[in-house]
Amino acid sequence: MQFEFLLEQVVNGLVLGGYYLLIALGLSLIFSVGGIVNLAHGAFYALGAYVSVELTRRLGFGASVAISPFAVALLGILFERFILRRFYSADPILSLLVTFGLAMVAEQAIRMIWGAAPVSTEIPQSFRGSVIVGDFLFSRYRLLILAVVAAILLGIWLLLQKTSFGRVVRAGIQRPDMVAALGIRLQPYMTGIVMLGVGMAALGGAFFAPITTVHPAMGAEIMTIAFVVVVIGGLGSFWGVVISALLVGVVRGIAIHFEPAAGEASIYILMFLVLLVRPRGLLGERIEKFE
Amino acid sequence: MIRYPRRTLLRAGAAFVGASAFGFPAIVKAQAERIRIGHLTPLTGFLGVIGSYAQLGVKLAAEEINASGGILGKRIDLLSEDSINPATAATKAQRMLEQDGAVVLLGEISSASSLTIMQVAERNKKVFFSTGARSDALRGKNCNKYAFHCDIPNTVMVNAVGTALSQQGMVKGKKFFTLTADYIFGHDLLKAAKAFFGTHEANLIGDELIATDATDFSPYLLKVRQAKPDVVCCNLAGNQVTNLVKQYAEFGLPYPLVGFNLNTGDAWAAGAGNLGGTWPTVWYHTLNNPTSQAFVAAFSKKYGKPPENHAWIDYVTLKLLAEAINTTKSTESNELIAYFEKQAQFDIGKARKAYFRSWDHQLVQEAYPFTVKPKDQMKDQWDMLVLGDAVPGAGDPLETIYPTKEQNPCEMKA
Repeated sequence: MQFEFLLEQVVNGLVLGGYYLLIALGLSLIFSVGGIVNLAHGAFYALGAYVSVELTRRLGFGASVAISPFAVALLGILFERFILRRFYSADPILSLLVTFGLAMVAEQAIRMIWGAAPVSTEIPQSFRGSVIVGDFLFSRYRLLILAVVAAILLGIWLLLQKTSFGRVVRAGIQRPDMVAALGIRLQPYMTGIVMLGVGMAALGGAFFAPITTVHPAMGAEIMTIAFVVVVIGGLGSFWGVVISALLVGVVRGIAIHFEPAAGEASIYILMFLVLLVRPRGLLGERIEKFE
Repeated sequence: MIRYPRRTLLRAGAAFVGASAFGFPAIVKAQAERIRIGHLTPLTGFLGVIGSYAQLGVKLAAEEINASGGILGKRIDLLSEDSINPATAATKAQRMLEQDGAVVLLGEISSASSLTIMQVAERNKKVFFSTGARSDALRGKNCNKYAFHCDIPNTVMVNAVGTALSQQGMVKGKKFFTLTADYIFGHDLLKAAKAFFGTHEANLIGDELIATDATDFSPYLLKVRQAKPDVVCCNLAGNQVTNLVKQYAEFGLPYPLVGFNLNTGDAWAAGAGNLGGTWPTVWYHTLNNPTSQAFVAAFSKKYGKPPENHAWIDYVTLKLLAEAINTTKSTESNELIAYFEKQAQFDIGKARKAYFRSWDHQLVQEAYPFTVKPKDQMKDQWDMLVLGDAVPGAGDPLETIYPTKEQNPCEMKA
């Protein structure tokens, strides 16, 4: 029985890891292509949540989850065009500072628009409750999230591996100079990657709005875990981030099973151990431009 | 060496002399006509949401007091800042007293931060009103003569809800599973809950300590399901409560969820369709009392939303402090302490007046259990709670729900 309980935590951790993935994958992609650690990534997650709360009130849950990521992705175009683009070849400390500042501005802007008090929304009745498969209990709602994440993951993998867009992006990660020499401008591709990244973060916010506190600082909260996932997986590695997100979810679940009070600390211990053995993260690649 | 034209030097000199003669005395006079009061409360982190209400409440009180002539004819100069964490709270408290010239401190919700501010206040021999911290230990083994405690302590919250649950047949012989915030407040609340379970023949079959930065509760909910309790009890704080309530509704576990701690801000954040069960509160904006309703009207007019219980407690604390200073005609700590220790009575917007108990400085007042209104009966998004009868009942002394001298190990040093 004890083993089944543990297994249930492992499976639940995988589901949770899928959610972390939505935030961390975009962060990793933006870093890979643009060389920018986007400290404002959490702000797009928070915006996704707030926009979805507003849209849920007017159009219902389904429409809000569909529209909110696109609305935020459009904001991502402005973000890339007017802010990030100036810092691709600048000292990395400048992009860190500007995205950090932007995160603070975004948090205060949310506070001014929606107030400091949280806003609330609910899961639709049809996704409430749990399903029991074998001995395992799953929240219906999280299964929905997991299915969407799996579909998105497949879509992004196909986009990067099977399309000309993906080929340019992958080449741009490794040798942007060669891509430029071939007469290809990387900037439109970067716009696409930023839209994709912040859109995924906004989808994460929209999905988590009904089951977490939607408040102005929620973006800062999620950034910690997103960074841990990206660092463990290895900056720039698609599968590294996927494996890391699932691993973080599972390790947290196992820690809570045995020692509940250590649940949140366990993921930082995991990061510490991984970096001791592999300073580039689990599947971190050697990227020439960052060496 | 830089040389300045003589005329420029003369002009600058004249300006300084002029300022000394006319401007500076005016500034000095202006400062002398103000009473500076330091306010600390968490505006960020897991208590930041309810802390922001506390700040709105205390600001409103300061404005009202200033509009009606101030204290002893002087305006209140309120310094209100984010306490952030226990260490920063202590540093800011020290700065407010030492450098900014605050004569008294008030605020705080986190019991851990309140404890460090209490220590700073004692070192500086200045009064501190801990407005929102609920740990029994603060007014128990950690009490000191400079600290006054305005919110209801954990034991009272447990007694308020426990009594209501007992009447519903949900305590005796029942298996409880508790989820507890992993810091001084939670540990303290669990201790009070265990004492209640012990005296009311309930069984505690499981307890999970949960870090204050946890936002996902799914692993804990799985452990609840594995334990199969009769009742799940929430001993969490701030955003933790909101997250748990939302995720409990998400999983749809069949065990009733109740709690020994809840702030109305957490309930509003959880949303109407997610919250159920029986919980305690110290105040709610629908209390039908002239003082309360006047405050609710002023707050709603100014901020466009009704006040939360931390807005109320910080508001009434500044008001009763002003009353004390006006009565004693002093901001000296010893004078104020002596006044409050005489158990002066204050109208805090409840049916019965409240007073600070002389031996542990606890503000003795009524508390309320509440249940949640069905969604279709709510007038607006804030009209969520149905208050039960005030505890203790009208015929019982107020102190019956508070720890006795024997139960509360408070020894004030002279």
